[in-house]
Amino acid sequence: MIPLSAYVAVSAVLFATGLIGVLIRRNFIIVLMSVEIMLNAANINLVAFSHYLESMAGQIVALFVIAIAAGEAAVGLAIIIVVFRGRLSTNVDELNLLKW
Amino acid sequence: MVLFFFVYFSLVSIVAGVLTIAFRNPVHCGLALLTLLLHVAGLFVLLNAEFLFAVQIIVYAGAILVLYLFVLMLLNLKTDQRYLHTRHAIILFATAGICGELLLLLLQSPFNGAKGDAPVIAVLKDGDSFVVGIKMFSDYLLPFEIVGVFLLGAIIGAIVLAKTPTAVDVETERE
Repeated sequence: MIPLSAYVAVSAVLFATGLIGVLIRRNFIIVLMSVEIMLNAANINLVAFSHYLESMAGQIVALFVIAIAAGEAAVGLAIIIVVFRGRLSTNVDELNLLKW
Repeated sequence: MVLFFFVYFSLVSIVAGVLTIAFRNPVHCGLALLTLLLHVAGLFVLLNAEFLFAVQIIVYAGAILVLYLFVLMLLNLKTDQRYLHTRHAIILFATAGICGELLLLLLQSPFNGAKGDAPVIAVLKDGDSFVVGIKMFSDYLLPFEIVGVFLLGAIIGAIVLAKTPTAVDVETERE
């Protein structure tokens, strides 16, 4: 039987990976991918606690997280396309104005 | 056997996560993210969450990742030479140390809480989809509807944002 701590550890390592990705990458699309990694880490945590504490609430919240991730990806990528049309770049360092 | 699968799925997902943020070419990053998503779905099977496993593969790997790859190929990005921020590396390592310490403290916790109303035997008897469906359409009906409205708003927002601006017709403007 695998202890709950093992799942929590995997989830923590994945979350840290995603956080580092958000902080160090310059490409906006990779930053969004790192956010997906963090959401997946949260999902592992939710499902693991749902299994070990014998409650269904965790799995249902995980489903909602997946739905929100889909919406976030759609809107985020649309924003990337709009910005790319004006600037021909997806580098987050160059996006320092609210209006251009 | 379960232990073997757990070690395999967790190790591969961690390695794929690191590769996602380490590859230089964005398309390679997307493929590493696909590996991560599939192996996280494997972890869901080990936790008796078959419905979530299917949703993870269909929605994440099938829809979201395809969206990412479409945008990557649409934009036709060239690979940057400098693709990492290295200025704040010291802060990053300090943060990693603090997080590791917190993780060590966290892992000593017994995680004992009040047990819920869905023991493993009951879930295995009816199937995971059945239990999730009953719960979602009774106790979580309002959040479900809110997520539906949220997705509608996201679709409309994405269409409005990414629409190609049409050239203004001067003749019709005058009239």
